[in-house]
Amino acid sequence: MSATTHDHAHDDAHGHDHHDHKPGFVQRWLFSTNHKDIGSLYLIFAVIGALSGGVLSIIMRAQLASPGNHIITTGQEWNTIITAHGLLMIFFAVMPAVIGGFGNWFVPLMIGAPDMAFPRLNNISFWLLVPAYALIMTGLLMGESGSGWTLYPPLSNSQYEPGMGMDLTLFALHLAGASSLLGAINFITTIFNMRAPGMTLHKMPLFVWGTLVTAFLLLLSVPVLAGAITMLITDRNFNTAFFDPQGGGDPVLFQHLFWFFGHPEVYIMILPGFGIVSHIISTFSKKPVFGYLGMAYAMVAIGVVGFVVWAHHMFVSGMEVDTRAYFMAATMIIAVPTGIKIFSWIATMWGGSIEMTTPMLWAIGFIFLFTVGGVTGVVLSNAGLDEILHNSYYVVAHFHYVLSLGAVFSIFAGFYYWIGKITGKPYPEFWGKVHFWVTFIGVNLTFFPMHFLGLAGMPRRYPDYPTAFAGWNQVASFGSYIGGFSMLIFLYVCYRTFTSKEHLPANYWGEGATTLEWTVSSPPPFHTFEELPQIH
Amino acid sequence: MTVFKRLRAARVAGSLNAAIFSLLAFLFAAPGGALAQTPRPWQMGMQAPHSPVMERIESLHTMVLWIITVITIFVAGLLCWVMFRYSAKRNPVPGRWAHNTTVEVLWTVLPVLILVVIAIPSFRLVYFEDRTFEPDMTVKVTGHQWYWEYTYPDSANLDFTSYMVPDDELKAGQLRLLDVNNQMVVPAGKNIRILTTSGDVIHSFYIPSLGVQRYAIPGRIIETWFKVDEPGTYYGECNQICGENHSRMPISIKAVTPAEFTAWLADAKTKFSSNDSAARPIYATNDR
Repeated sequence: MSATTHDHAHDDAHGHDHHDHKPGFVQRWLFSTNHKDIGSLYLIFAVIGALSGGVLSIIMRAQLASPGNHIITTGQEWNTIITAHGLLMIFFAVMPAVIGGFGNWFVPLMIGAPDMAFPRLNNISFWLLVPAYALIMTGLLMGESGSGWTLYPPLSNSQYEPGMGMDLTLFALHLAGASSLLGAINFITTIFNMRAPGMTLHKMPLFVWGTLVTAFLLLLSVPVLAGAITMLITDRNFNTAFFDPQGGGDPVLFQHLFWFFGHPEVYIMILPGFGIVSHIISTFSKKPVFGYLGMAYAMVAIGVVGFVVWAHHMFVSGMEVDTRAYFMAATMIIAVPTGIKIFSWIATMWGGSIEMTTPMLWAIGFIFLFTVGGVTGVVLSNAGLDEILHNSYYVVAHFHYVLSLGAVFSIFAGFYYWIGKITGKPYPEFWGKVHFWVTFIGVNLTFFPMHFLGLAGMPRRYPDYPTAFAGWNQVASFGSYIGGFSMLIFLYVCYRTFTSKEHLPANYWGEGATTLEWTVSSPPPFHTFEELPQIH
Repeated sequence: MTVFKRLRAARVAGSLNAAIFSLLAFLFAAPGGALAQTPRPWQMGMQAPHSPVMERIESLHTMVLWIITVITIFVAGLLCWVMFRYSAKRNPVPGRWAHNTTVEVLWTVLPVLILVVIAIPSFRLVYFEDRTFEPDMTVKVTGHQWYWEYTYPDSANLDFTSYMVPDDELKAGQLRLLDVNNQMVVPAGKNIRILTTSGDVIHSFYIPSLGVQRYAIPGRIIETWFKVDEPGTYYGECNQICGENHSRMPISIKAVTPAEFTAWLADAKTKFSSNDSAARPIYATNDR
């Protein structure tokens, strides 16, 4: 450590001729301004968030394995757990992984920028998440935030959730929202201003496109959530009545505001994943992405249309029938750009020379599972069918197929694709594949039977259910134990990777990997692209 | 109700197990017991339809299910084919092409056409299930933490509450988490207008076999409707998180013949008169 300090002093005195020096531990990890270090922090944080949310889901499935309240004895405890599970997985697992983690690591590398545009803002973005996580866990442990992740008043107001735990959860969302918003500003600025010479928007890698669209979605939707929860907080604590009908307010207004944020949010979680999958499919087919421009603008289209479909979450909230008809039509339209993406991935593979490495397995698994989740989305977009599917387990199955199986598969695909670049060490190929297959079997056993439960009419957010639903619930619970076990395999893969003694070359995937991150060493030096690359 | 009809209903529900179960249920049910529309063990499809709306929902769902199944199998088949045909072993030299305008136009236009095919019956369904323009009677449904309150404004505001039967008070044949102390009674074959509202938080009035669901929101009255096709018992549940006992406020609807309904009304008026509910203004039900 003293040597490092000495180096530092030396550098300060004689200018930065020694480029790859790293600051001391506190400087490097607590006051970090390096996009790679912040990306690593985000990834570690996402693993912690996913494990926390995952433990909750195992508890929930254990409870639902058979009828009766065995484990969670009160409905309030149950409601708090489902609330925390949803919020943890969205804000503290998926978003930090795809945007904060992979986004920070690879957006600057892929566009040939030395770092993010605002390195200190980047640091704040990360460190806002840590207290947010602490607040949400406190709300969970106090057992006082039982509103569901959708936070609908009046259930979330001070009359029905009087405890401070609910306020802590709302403040956690404020902090997580501010973190995402600052991150989004940073990404937009970086992508628009810091691309290497020659890298036009139409030459930008698709992961960068995905992150750019995501950043715009965050920029436009998170302030709406912030407004809604601020009004909720003042309703709870300062006697306003924004959402209280007894004071002239309207509970349905909250639903509109929430879903104006909430629907773009689901695309926020999946769009960077789309980008990751495109790179992986192209790399291991050794073929350029099919229909690059179509792929990029399909993401833009999904982002734009994603803003005008929010009320399909509210088909039974008593909206005018013409309004329902509009939101149904608009929602169905999203199937078109999504279909373009699915078929373009397949066309990328068509005529390629495909290597079934672990990241490729996850990416192909992603395409299939996202298709399943996508087509059930077409069913749910149908306001007429939603009459009896709304809030049923069919919805739970649908959004877990696109997120828990879609977004999460894209994250694991990205992990196996890039972990060698991040650490400079190879992951164990065999265990990566075991991880894939165990996860694939586990999550499908968990979530596929939920379609049946939903069609039969099982409502979501139930700690206990009529005996007739027992069979498929037992299957789902069994599947979730397998899924939980697969997380242990993942941790073992991490352990094997980090303790590996092998070293990887700069481009360990070969001819198929053509983006700029493969031109720098593995792991990349502390500072990259001090001389900007020229793109032709 | 014949055993065959039950079996047919079970087959509609789409499961051999459901058929066996309904046969057993028929054998062990009280003699003369009317049809009870409940979820069944290992059921894989929707509950059998018992209202015009639900019949249309089921047939549209069947159509959409066929379409999405074919699409999913098509995508899975393509994936398997490219993995097999273009594996590095079979195709060592990759192509370099990345455009084909014809297929790109095709896979944009074809999904649009499929969506149009789905959308046309969907629009019809949404407008059909919105409301009935010829209601024969109205029932106002008020959600409370954690029970339902039913008001019959056409019958001098007859008003009563409906609580779940707790597990330790279940009688033989009663279903756990589904049976209630006072069922909502309606005449079969009549257009029933439902008005939902809430006395506290948001609930959802949800009866799968009748194809009806609307939130019950405080400060709002939401209209919907159903027409039960034949006498029987139909079960539903609260379907919007409403606090601690969200899973413990089921809905049970008893559909009877019009004559039986008239008789029930007379009985109910004496039975529930002690509630002093007739004097209550119909929309002021906030009892907190």
